[in-house]
Amino acid sequence: MRRLVLKALGAVLLSGGVAAAQEIRPAIVFDMGGRNDRSFNEAVHRGGQEFQRATGVAVAEFEVTAEPQREQALRNFARRGHSPIVAVGFAQRSALQTVAAEFPNINFVIMDSVVELPNVQSVLFREEQGSYLAGMMAAMASRSGRIGFVGGMDIPLIRKFACGYVQGARAVNPQIQVFQNMTGSTPAAWRDPVRGGELARSQIERGADVIFHAAGGTGTGVLQAAADAGRLGIGVDSNQNHLHPGRVLTSMLKRVDVATRLAFEQARAGQFRTGRTVLGLSEDGVGVAFDENNAALVTAEMRSRIDQARAEIVAGRVTVHDFMTNNSCPVQ
Amino acid sequence: MEATLDLVVPILAATLRVAAPLILAALAGLFAERSGVVDVGLEGKMLFAAFAAAATAAVTGSAWAGLGAAILASSALALIHAFACVTLRGSQVVSGMAINVLAAGLSATLALAWFRQGGQTPPLTGAARFAPIPLPGAEWIAEVPLLGRLLVGVVGGHAMPVYVAFALVPLAAFVLWRTRFGLRLRACGENPGAVDAAGVSVARLRYAGVLIAGVLCGIAGAAISTAQGAQFSPEMTAGRGFIALAALIVANWKPWPVLWTCLGFGLLDAVAIRLQGVPVPGLGVPFPVQAIQALPYVLTVILLAGFVGRATAPRAAGVPYVKER
Repeated sequence: MRRLVLKALGAVLLSGGVAAAQEIRPAIVFDMGGRNDRSFNEAVHRGGQEFQRATGVAVAEFEVTAEPQREQALRNFARRGHSPIVAVGFAQRSALQTVAAEFPNINFVIMDSVVELPNVQSVLFREEQGSYLAGMMAAMASRSGRIGFVGGMDIPLIRKFACGYVQGARAVNPQIQVFQNMTGSTPAAWRDPVRGGELARSQIERGADVIFHAAGGTGTGVLQAAADAGRLGIGVDSNQNHLHPGRVLTSMLKRVDVATRLAFEQARAGQFRTGRTVLGLSEDGVGVAFDENNAALVTAEMRSRIDQARAEIVAGRVTVHDFMTNNSCPVQ
Repeated sequence: MEATLDLVVPILAATLRVAAPLILAALAGLFAERSGVVDVGLEGKMLFAAFAAAATAAVTGSAWAGLGAAILASSALALIHAFACVTLRGSQVVSGMAINVLAAGLSATLALAWFRQGGQTPPLTGAARFAPIPLPGAEWIAEVPLLGRLLVGVVGGHAMPVYVAFALVPLAAFVLWRTRFGLRLRACGENPGAVDAAGVSVARLRYAGVLIAGVLCGIAGAAISTAQGAQFSPEMTAGRGFIALAALIVANWKPWPVLWTCLGFGLLDAVAIRLQGVPVPGLGVPFPVQAIQALPYVLTVILLAGFVGRATAPRAAGVPYVKER
């Protein structure tokens, strides 16, 4: 009798397992910085939550806190049959390369990097386009004719932000002076708000009155220093306008939330796309944030010029140079 | 003249700002190591203090309460270090590293659990931060040509912990070299047997040295998160504890050289920030900022290897004292 009950129980469990396997079981592996970093990772989290609310499908999450955990986390999710698994950030590239090759039947998504495997979707953003709009706004808001840029770790991806920003600023004011600083050359450069603040102050002392950061956690120090000095900051990745209302001109949005939701929806419909997905202005993958926190800073003229530039870029009449195509920037 | 001042004043002001937490941490290391306990846990103590300061200031709205909490938190870690190194006679380097790991994990975890903002604490405003203090009588001092601007721009306008850091250098020099306590503390680091023979407790003195280090790291941490920064974020000390350790070695475990070394590191950093992206005249390539950032470590290696000058550590530092039976 007892054995029979156990058998029945086993059968129930098994069938339950089969039914669940037909559904998708999406998962997200966040990078260092964590799920609530008010920036990049948080945007992915939001995308996952939107999907979960809309479909009722649970999204598993893991926050990496140390370098070696990346591979472990990805492998654990893959072994448990989660798919698709979103790996947030270029730093997870090598870990994903290894794990995706081990599990050819599991689908993976990587943000901000490319992994050339048949089961991986590589999501790239046209950061140069969004940064171009941010640069235009900075140049229009600047009274001194000097603006600044503070990057995190000195890597081509961050140079891409800087290059787009300078191009946009020059499009508005060909004479504008742009100060550029990178925080450092190690991953610690993403987590040093004090140094970020020092960099911003050095630019403010040289006359910069709008400063754009692409520096992760370091950027909170940049926005703080700009707000303290009565100047304007520009946020990045997520909408950071609310951090210092009235002191953040805008935020260059990278819609990783949209990319995450799209990938999950594709998988649910059985149409998961592998290969490269490039999201730019025309896909609403990047953009600049307008909300009640920066409404007082954005003039009607600013808004209309941004809309016009956006339309021209989408239509292909204006092309923004991508730093990563040839590792150089035509403007300084 | 005006143009030169415009360039020099902000650089010197930034030098003092950047150097202040380094000085505090290096003085902390000075007290611990002079008493014979190697302290590689400066970074961890500062980080934990930065967290305690920002968290307390965020909740109470008072930067002073934050400073108090920072000193307590950092001293608690120092007490663990002293217990492991002095009472249990464990490896001082291992204990210090353990404190670094503990502080990095614990601060981020507690911040996440209490504030739910990805390991950050809420941004601090108003009285929850140490505001810059303008020089008293700045209006008429500024009238004095040259010197006036230097005084107002460089010396004035810093937050309280910066002034504390600079005031503590002569105090540390006095305590260590001009008082009985200082003499005994240093003797503990050179020849603990002699101290013991004189009937003075080596353990008590070493506890004192490590605890003073805890208090100083506490002030340094509070400076980072509530004066220079305005919130805590994980690993925000970003290796400053190790730079301070390097400064301590370069300064040959002496208080005044600690000041000069930290100011030197601060100046290099301030100059590097402003030189970034500027082409080197004649070469055409941008200035190699990474080289300047690596300089403290390179300098330490050179000194420790004995190529230039000599690093003479307190002789008994790192060796647990075992009383003869």
